[in-house]
Amino acid sequence: MTEVQDRAPSPVQGRAPRPANKTKETSWGAPLIWGIIGLVIVGGIWLGWSPLKQGSSPILYDNAKNPGWISRMLFQPTTLGQKLLVMVVAIALFLAIMGLILWLIDRPKIPTGVVLAGFLGPVVIFLSIGLLWSGIKTVIQSFQKFDDAGAANGFVGLDNYAKVFTGQNTQVLINSVLWIFLVPLFAVAFGLLYAVLVDRTRFEAVAKSLIFLPTAISMVASGIIWRYVYLAPAPSGKDQIGLANALVHLVGGTPQNWITKAPLGTFALIIVMVWIQTGFAMTVLSAALKAVPDDIIEAARIDGATGPRLFFSVMLPSIRPTVVVVLTTVAIASLKTFDIVNVMGGNLPKNNILANAFYNALVVRQNGLAGAFAVVIFIIVTPVIIFNVRQMKKAEENR
Amino acid sequence: MTAVVAPVPAPELQLSARKLKAQQRASDAKTKLSSPWASGLAILIAILWTVPTFGLLINSTRSDPAPQQSGFWNFWNGSTSFTLGNYGTAWSGNGGTPLYDFIINSVVITLPAVFIPITLALLAAYAFAWIPFRGKNILFIAVFVMQVVPIQVALLPLLTVYVKVGLTNSFWSIWLSHTIFGLPLAIFLLHNFMKEIPPSLIEAARVDGAGHVKIFLKVLLPLLVPAIASFAIFQFLWVWNDLLVALTFSGENTAPITQGIQGLTTQFGSGGSTILPPAAILAMLVPLAVFLSLQRFFVRGLLAGSVKG
Repeated sequence: MTEVQDRAPSPVQGRAPRPANKTKETSWGAPLIWGIIGLVIVGGIWLGWSPLKQGSSPILYDNAKNPGWISRMLFQPTTLGQKLLVMVVAIALFLAIMGLILWLIDRPKIPTGVVLAGFLGPVVIFLSIGLLWSGIKTVIQSFQKFDDAGAANGFVGLDNYAKVFTGQNTQVLINSVLWIFLVPLFAVAFGLLYAVLVDRTRFEAVAKSLIFLPTAISMVASGIIWRYVYLAPAPSGKDQIGLANALVHLVGGTPQNWITKAPLGTFALIIVMVWIQTGFAMTVLSAALKAVPDDIIEAARIDGATGPRLFFSVMLPSIRPTVVVVLTTVAIASLKTFDIVNVMGGNLPKNNILANAFYNALVVRQNGLAGAFAVVIFIIVTPVIIFNVRQMKKAEENR
Repeated sequence: MTAVVAPVPAPELQLSARKLKAQQRASDAKTKLSSPWASGLAILIAILWTVPTFGLLINSTRSDPAPQQSGFWNFWNGSTSFTLGNYGTAWSGNGGTPLYDFIINSVVITLPAVFIPITLALLAAYAFAWIPFRGKNILFIAVFVMQVVPIQVALLPLLTVYVKVGLTNSFWSIWLSHTIFGLPLAIFLLHNFMKEIPPSLIEAARVDGAGHVKIFLKVLLPLLVPAIASFAIFQFLWVWNDLLVALTFSGENTAPITQGIQGLTTQFGSGGSTILPPAAILAMLVPLAVFLSLQRFFVRGLLAGSVKG
């Protein structure tokens, strides 16, 4: 940060002539504009905070009251033409607003405060309502009780958190712990192994693409792909139709119901996540391996280190910071994963993890419980990310 | 990680340096890890990672009873034959909502949900990098910290706001949500790229009398094109592949392809149907095309997004 300030010229230098005069002339401009931005934020928060009243109609679009084709097209488009039109309208509207703002602040006498409002204002509005206030409200809701209609109904202390840690949900916690430890471990192990194996070979690019590909497709699609691996056992006497069971049958084992059986289901889903994340781990680690200075490797080679020895005592220590960053990044991704369990888990409590438990609570309008799950995810993620940032700083210092 | 290549003083020189290194790497390759064990292991992993997708591709082209009666490794044996008819059935929805409806929705959702946050983030990143002001550090740290907030934490309160405004079930709520959730990372990354631009360039523009807007539009934007492309692809795939935001905010007319596929899985239970495989393959086509054609940018965006953020 300090670096930027040193580099950037002083504000006085950056402005047009007569700086002293100008600040006086327009000193009301910046507070006024930031005041408006503040009002928008307060308005948004007020909207989201005041309780939903029966019979009160929405501000912009009300299904019952706005039968006009323009509002219907803008808010409930149904045909291809309407949808494309509303998309174009949205982008054009955005461009017009931003263009107007930039045009207004692009003149010589505008004080820095107003210029800043143009550059930062929209972001400040979006983030303070969309993330900051929303986050705080969710934390508060996690201490509240909700009726069946989803309306807050008094505070209940830690009741929602008690629910997160007891009953069926203990399995959710255990599964989540398995996810955040096993997925990063295996993804990094396979990713590193593969990165070393294909490094500087003739088919490196193609070989990497094959492993990296699952990162690009959606987890929903991955769920479908793996569905045909984990198909239930065939009736006795018939051929297996799921790949996993066919392999088990081939080596003489008993075919399993992979998804519905108690601990198996979680491991089966973890394998899918490992399949997705290995490509990411491999790509980042491969880049780190290539960045290891050639002279270090050369020196070690002259000292007689080869193969695994060279890898474990020279290469691995030099990419250690990257390994840690990849481990933590994948761990966070695993904790937040919702799609795989939602699509493949068969909605079974024994396969459940925190992110999906959150969604299940949200669907049945248990906003308090959903809030508690979200806060637990947040609490687990935060120290990991702080650790991650520290590691990155260390890695940068070492460079 | 230096994704922003400065104004390119001598392209031929850079290129030849890269070529030299490539040649050296190639010669290294002959001495390194040519053991058959290593190659065998690499091939084994590659096969393990490819077979599931390959299986789905085969299943999507098998005629009707096949996916329920035999594994994909039987290909088109016996009672099954090769067909592309499943794709037609999936595309037109077989009585349900046609797949192309979902794909249209995905397109309509994704384009603004990539364009808007990146534009806003570019402006904010510029302010953080090149406009000195009081409280900048605190504000920047606040934005950085917001990357930590899991989107789960923000979904429910946002839903209340959308209900009050009347935006539920419309594209607007989805666009706004993706914009909000994409901003912190976008600002952080683009800020890092902006800082790598040599200050002398901005200084020169300023001496010529350009204000912040002109410097942003005329000096920085052209230099940031690679960085923008990287993040745009990252955000594009994120939005296209998203399920949680879609499930929470979309209505029956605005559901994207991921939600469409998810609906199919609940509709068809655990059995194999002939609609699910082609539908999943069709859903993958766009991200795969992006991935294969723009892989360089994709990798760069992912590296910057994870290692730096």
